[in-house]
Amino acid sequence: MRALVNQRFITLAVLAVVIAILPLIFPSSYYFRVASLVWVSALAAIGLNILMGQAGQVSLGHAAFFGIGAYAVAIGPTHLGIPPWVAILIGALLSAVLAYLVGRPILRLKGHYLAIATLGLGVLVALVITTESRWTGGPDGMPVERLSLFGWRVSGSYTWYWVTGGLLLIGTWIALNLDETPTGRAFRALHDSEVAAQVVGLDVARFKLQAFVIAAVYASVAGSALAFMNGFINPDQAGFLHSVELVTIVVIGGLGSVVGSIVGAAVLVTLPQALTVFQEYEHLLLGLIIIVAMIFMRNGIVPSLSALVFRRARS
Amino acid sequence: MAEFLQFLISGLTVGAVYALVALGFTLIYNASGVVNFAQGEFVMLGGMVTVFAAAAGVPLPLAAVIAICAAIAIGLLLHRFAIEPARGASAVTLIIITIGASILLRGLAAIVFDKQFHKLPAFTGDTPVDMLGAAVQPQSFWVLGGTAVVVLALYIFLEHTLLGKAVLATAANRLAARLVGINTTTIMALAFGGSAAIGAIAGILVTPITLTSYDVGTLLALKGFAAAMLGGMGNPVGAVVGGMLLGLLEAFGAGYISSTYKDAFAFLVILIVLFAAPQGLFGRRAVERV
Repeated sequence: MRALVNQRFITLAVLAVVIAILPLIFPSSYYFRVASLVWVSALAAIGLNILMGQAGQVSLGHAAFFGIGAYAVAIGPTHLGIPPWVAILIGALLSAVLAYLVGRPILRLKGHYLAIATLGLGVLVALVITTESRWTGGPDGMPVERLSLFGWRVSGSYTWYWVTGGLLLIGTWIALNLDETPTGRAFRALHDSEVAAQVVGLDVARFKLQAFVIAAVYASVAGSALAFMNGFINPDQAGFLHSVELVTIVVIGGLGSVVGSIVGAAVLVTLPQALTVFQEYEHLLLGLIIIVAMIFMRNGIVPSLSALVFRRARS
Repeated sequence: MAEFLQFLISGLTVGAVYALVALGFTLIYNASGVVNFAQGEFVMLGGMVTVFAAAAGVPLPLAAVIAICAAIAIGLLLHRFAIEPARGASAVTLIIITIGASILLRGLAAIVFDKQFHKLPAFTGDTPVDMLGAAVQPQSFWVLGGTAVVVLALYIFLEHTLLGKAVLATAANRLAARLVGINTTTIMALAFGGSAAIGAIAGILVTPITLTSYDVGTLLALKGFAAAMLGGMGNPVGAVVGGMLLGLLEAFGAGYISSTYKDAFAFLVILIVLFAAPQGLFGRRAVERV
């Protein structure tokens, strides 16, 4: 038990050190921006990983919750006069309620059927956002008012680097702790065998729903952070391709690995930025890298590499 | 009545394309258990290769054959270099691989061709045919007829040839199929090639109506997947019926209720169907072995 606590602490400490040290080697504010994007994507991915990696349920429409969080902080202050920081909470609450209501019937489905149902949910939310242009600005998107907390105006890529980094630390801490609670262990039991989990008396439906709601709230908060950071939001953030990106981050990093989600986000967010050098070959290379990574590290980057290190250490 | 008929025909036409994409999904899923998200890219390839071959002076029928062959080649390459090396990986890993493949193919098409929209001339003129007051594009008949031919050909292949029965055997139980001497790797390659050909045919048939560009595949893959699930995954009849239903839902929803929420009806109905019948309309209730 002590070792587990230490391992968790070490993971958090390493992450905090990385976040603190990176600015020393960043040559321009562009790097701060890209890093903030990594932290935001990682936050959403960690949440999705609780659903996919721990509880073993797939969601192909998770960007819907990301979009709800993002549009809550855009619409709330602009149209309804709600203070920006309250809008974050309202977005998270809306996401949680939607996940709870829809999750009940949807999570009865298994495998590919669950995938198509969550995909359908994602498409519906994205459609509503695109269509209700009176509120959301339609396909062109809408501007987001700056976040101000107690008179402090949060703006600039440097400030947002620290804010998103802090959010990621909190998210990581919660996810790591969750893994060691009875709920976290129930999630793992579900993942290994739903029937076995049911037989030992776990309320399977309730735990699936919990994982879905937690994942939705993570995505919603990440969406709010991104909307404030960019000062602008468009429906692509809630779209199918963004859902696919989130799932890809989780799987490439490693299902069930919190660190994996951060590494996956780092790879999938920085790669397109790095590949812009190759201009039109960008997508070709991105697709190729995803395929090769999945073939040679089919359990994801972090689990595959740590298995390799362990094997080396033992021999 | 004329209006109803108009929606009916346009729904069936779009539905036929969804049905072909769903059929491609089903063929690969049955043979290998892989949900191939690059399925829409075959449709894109069918349309794009035909457009560019035709623009280079190749007669249209020959251009179509070239496009189908190109799609089959890509399908076989996909199987050989992306799916086969990852044999035994988890379902979600395989899905990510096919998503990677679809990004790759899209990028490739943007380089080899371009990022513009392209049109093919209708096979037999653009003069609408009057059917009980509804104006029907002649190309709609090509789409519906072509789909019928593909479905019939696939049925005859699966039910009345030895190779087709080997495909069915592989779908039913891969291990047992291998035990009776079926080379399941060849069967899987065959499924990817056949599925690519079906996708390409759909692309060629529909391009005169809907245009094509390097990125049309994503939405088609999504709709095709939805259609396959609506019918019940792994059931070819379900795939065709699911595709047609999806097309009709969209056409009638757009016509009578709201055209901006066209895509919403399809997915709303899928959600409702799955709530009521978690295995799709024609899916068999799976028995889980513990």
